[in-house]
Amino acid sequence: MPDSNTLLEVRDLTKFFDTPKGKLHAVDGVSFKLERGKTLGIVGESGCGKSTTGRTILKLIEPTSGQIIFNGEDITNYSVRHMRRFRTQMQMIFQDPFSSLDPRQSIMQLISEPIREHKICTTSAEIAKRTLSLMDTVGLARRFLNSYPHELDGGRRQRIGIARALAVNPQLIVCDEPVSALDVSIQAQILNLLRQLQRDIGLTYVFITHDLSVVRYFSDDVAVMYLGQMVEKASSDNLFANPVHPYTKALLSAIPLPIVGKDKPVRKLITGEVTSPVNLPDRCRFFSRCDMCLEKCSSACNPTLAEIEPKHFVACHLIDKEKKDVQ
Amino acid sequence: MSKTRKTIILEGEEIEIYKGRSMAQETWRRLKRNKGAMIGIIFLVALMLATTVASFVYDYDKDIIAMSKDRFMPPSKDHILGTDNMGRDIFARVLYGAKYSLVISLGSTAIGLAVGLFLGALAGYYGGLIDNIVMRVTDIFYSIPYIMIAVVVVSMLGTSTMNLLLAMALGTFSNFARIGRASVMTVRDQEFIEAGRAIGLPTWKTIVKHVLPNCLSPIIVQTTLKVGSNIISASSLSFLGVGVTPPTPEWGAMLSDGRSYIRSSGWMCLFPGLAIMFTVLALNLLGDGLRDAMDPKLKR
Repeated sequence: MPDSNTLLEVRDLTKFFDTPKGKLHAVDGVSFKLERGKTLGIVGESGCGKSTTGRTILKLIEPTSGQIIFNGEDITNYSVRHMRRFRTQMQMIFQDPFSSLDPRQSIMQLISEPIREHKICTTSAEIAKRTLSLMDTVGLARRFLNSYPHELDGGRRQRIGIARALAVNPQLIVCDEPVSALDVSIQAQILNLLRQLQRDIGLTYVFITHDLSVVRYFSDDVAVMYLGQMVEKASSDNLFANPVHPYTKALLSAIPLPIVGKDKPVRKLITGEVTSPVNLPDRCRFFSRCDMCLEKCSSACNPTLAEIEPKHFVACHLIDKEKKDVQ
Repeated sequence: MSKTRKTIILEGEEIEIYKGRSMAQETWRRLKRNKGAMIGIIFLVALMLATTVASFVYDYDKDIIAMSKDRFMPPSKDHILGTDNMGRDIFARVLYGAKYSLVISLGSTAIGLAVGLFLGALAGYYGGLIDNIVMRVTDIFYSIPYIMIAVVVVSMLGTSTMNLLLAMALGTFSNFARIGRASVMTVRDQEFIEAGRAIGLPTWKTIVKHVLPNCLSPIIVQTTLKVGSNIISASSLSFLGVGVTPPTPEWGAMLSDGRSYIRSSGWMCLFPGLAIMFTVLALNLLGDGLRDAMDPKLKR
């Protein structure tokens, strides 16, 4: 029995897509543990496999290899049918509140759909009651019960998405860029709502985003992904205070700061393009864009995650060098 | 139009839940403003009523089939549309025959729609191998003219209304499979379909509840137009002798009968021909109206 505090453990999760040109490494050997009631932020640029990771955890996409262990249960090989029942445990909030809701269904139908499907309530009065209480929970006025999604704004739509996810009383929610399609003012409302829900119900989140300031505010742990791999993982405070991987450093320096004049820090920008994720050679994936390359980076194998200080993991050849320097 | 609604009383509070039919209501509201479509609907309803009444008023054996000595009578007071080469009243036959044309075209379209939509949805939703197999089979049927299919089916199974219906359904389904596939494919990749899966809906429920309602409008429009073209097909087949057999007052068969007397007694061909024309015109007007009414971009 693993320690009961771990809700989700992902071991060496891999997803390759077959393309005409070869194997596309969407997710390549991602591992992490997530404790109950905590939030893991996954950041990275577009196309780095963060969304695929989230969807693979929920088994919306079948993993190529690796293990997903939820609450001590290995769900990797659960059948589609079995997984359907298991969906009450883990849910997802989608990025785009405009396309993730069926335009032909009313709010009542949308929110009650998971309730009906998993027979959480059976009589229509109970279903209506639960729907309304969910609307209260996510802060949707009851008068919207019979409205259609196109009549509401982005924030309210995203609240519907959250209510749908909450309807089945899940333990884990994968949030796939839940606020990136929203206005900044509404982003804050939704983030506060998610955080409050975490406090009240004890939800566990996998929070996927490309917005570093959101991650800092929201996550306990942060994992940085680049081309399907985790390059650095640490507690949120630690990562922002002491980034080690050159990619993380570059990402953090790209956060706009409200400083002007001569105190303005010099930005470390990444040049070049992301390497194609198809048929990757076995070497550091950041090699072509890294300005701190060592000689061994061009030839040696892909660096693996190493713990450089408690709970701070980095995958980079530079650490080996630093270790040697210390010695 | 008032919405259907249901009221639930919850903890002393009255809550109204509308049963969502708003799409149909919206469409109807807009369709009512389209004169052509309304004329089409009125004509079709009148035709259905007339043929229903005709089946009670006229006796099939006595009025529709039996010969009399009043042959080749031009339109007159006794026979407003005249009589044919066997002395049968054309007015009675045209009205009575509407039943056959409508049943055959509606029936074959319905079968074609059900089969085609099922296959098309399957192909569009799953894609890959299933898509390839289904669509290649469909292509085979698509590449054969419906008249050929009908001739083959009828010569294999024999001439009867049921076989004609079947033959025409075979010629119709590929059309719906294509439209179904195309519309399902546009909806399939939208996020709300994945959201349905994330919630744990089985595939068939996702298709029925989320995919189909969102690709309904092109299918409904196509159905209306197809009913019209199937009336023509049925008549053409009967005209060629592979459809409904002569004593039955099917419009195409009546045309075929009148063909030999077209110079001396033109009304024998004229009236069944007009009946076909107006019915198909009505259906096309309705189909065009529906297309406009269901297009959300034209919302006013």
